[in-house]
Amino acid sequence: MAMTVHVDIVSAEGSLFSGQGEMIYAPAVMGEIGIAPRHAPLVTRLKPGDVRVDPGQGKPMEHFYVSGGIIEVQPFRVTIMADTGIRAADLDELAAKEAKRRAEEALANKSGKMELAKAQAELVEAMAQLRSIEKLRKVKK
Amino acid sequence: MAGAKEIRTQIGSIKNTQKITRAMEMVAAAKMRKAQDRMQASRPYAEKMRTVIGHLALAHPQVKHPFMERRETKSVGYIIVSSDRGLCGGLNNNMFRRLVKDVEKLHAADVAVRYCLIGSKAVAFFSRVGGDVLAQATQLGEAAHMEDLVGTVKVMLDAYTNGEVDEVRIAYNRFVNTMTQQPVVEQLVPLQETEEEEEAEKLKHHWDYIYEPEAEEVLSDLLARYVESLAYQAVVENGACEQSARMVAMKSASDNAGSLIDELELVYNKARQAAITQEISEIVSGAAAV
Repeated sequence: MAMTVHVDIVSAEGSLFSGQGEMIYAPAVMGEIGIAPRHAPLVTRLKPGDVRVDPGQGKPMEHFYVSGGIIEVQPFRVTIMADTGIRAADLDELAAKEAKRRAEEALANKSGKMELAKAQAELVEAMAQLRSIEKLRKVKK
Repeated sequence: MAGAKEIRTQIGSIKNTQKITRAMEMVAAAKMRKAQDRMQASRPYAEKMRTVIGHLALAHPQVKHPFMERRETKSVGYIIVSSDRGLCGGLNNNMFRRLVKDVEKLHAADVAVRYCLIGSKAVAFFSRVGGDVLAQATQLGEAAHMEDLVGTVKVMLDAYTNGEVDEVRIAYNRFVNTMTQQPVVEQLVPLQETEEEEEAEKLKHHWDYIYEPEAEEVLSDLLARYVESLAYQAVVENGACEQSARMVAMKSASDNAGSLIDELELVYNKARQAAITQEISEIVSGAAAV
């Protein structure tokens, strides 16, 4: 029997594949790599592309599309952590800026939505007070 | 029979409320199942991440990443995960209470605190009490996506790298079971040591990964993803908590409405009977007078 290596492909939103493979092909940032069992330990980033797992024994090749991620190779275990969306440094930067902007906007724009939140909180408080008053009344009765 | 009509309208309105709460209960129950599935689905990724990070700690990397180094804590960053909607019992308030206890301790020790908020309820809370909010993300919907969190988490991690905060913690509700949710505060960065004895034995000999392209780059990528995955899990778990808390809250609301209706019906019947009795006695006494 040919040697195989255990392959796990997971993304944050679910597990995609778990099983044995004779050969794994992945799109690493430095170029496409092929991993056979007993490969030296390796960690690298993936770019968007196709990950293929050859399960051997004449079974058809398994295909997975990943939009990037990280691959960890141990001699008898390969783990691919796929991203769920397209990731790039500048895109992440944009998302971070967006999150910051939202906070600043909320701070500057204290009226409107914030007033509503405040009013809601006050309403909840008032309701709690009413409830305890009612309870007190019942006890008195 | 003046009181009877009023009681009847009151019963009617309570019945309407009960209908709504019962519907919400059922919706929450269905959503809870989905949220739980999502929670299960996100586990393998976080587990794999943890193993790889554990391996990395065991490998002997030439570079020490800042995320792995402990430094003196002068300020702490909190990522706070809350729900977007209310009507879920004390879920958010319990978490805020737990958080406030933590923050008070930090204030006493003269440690600055900064926040990143996820969920409208956290935003509302901090707009009331005030605080140094760095970033926020709201309206994630029921099925939160990783992409929605990337920005918020990055702001915190950047703050950590710049030295604005010396520790990053995350506050969320842990899903114990349908009836129990536990508010927890966990440390994200610097990374906690993982303990995986068995695996550690096997990998004890001197070795290191081949890093492509650069060890530093790969490490920071990996660690950022690790923290993101933890944050994502917190959000997903909080989502499951929200639905189950809402289900329980709505169930007790429906039950309360039911007992209120029973009580009012009793009062109504009494009033009705009293009115009938009075009417009969009036007729009888009238007939006797004739």
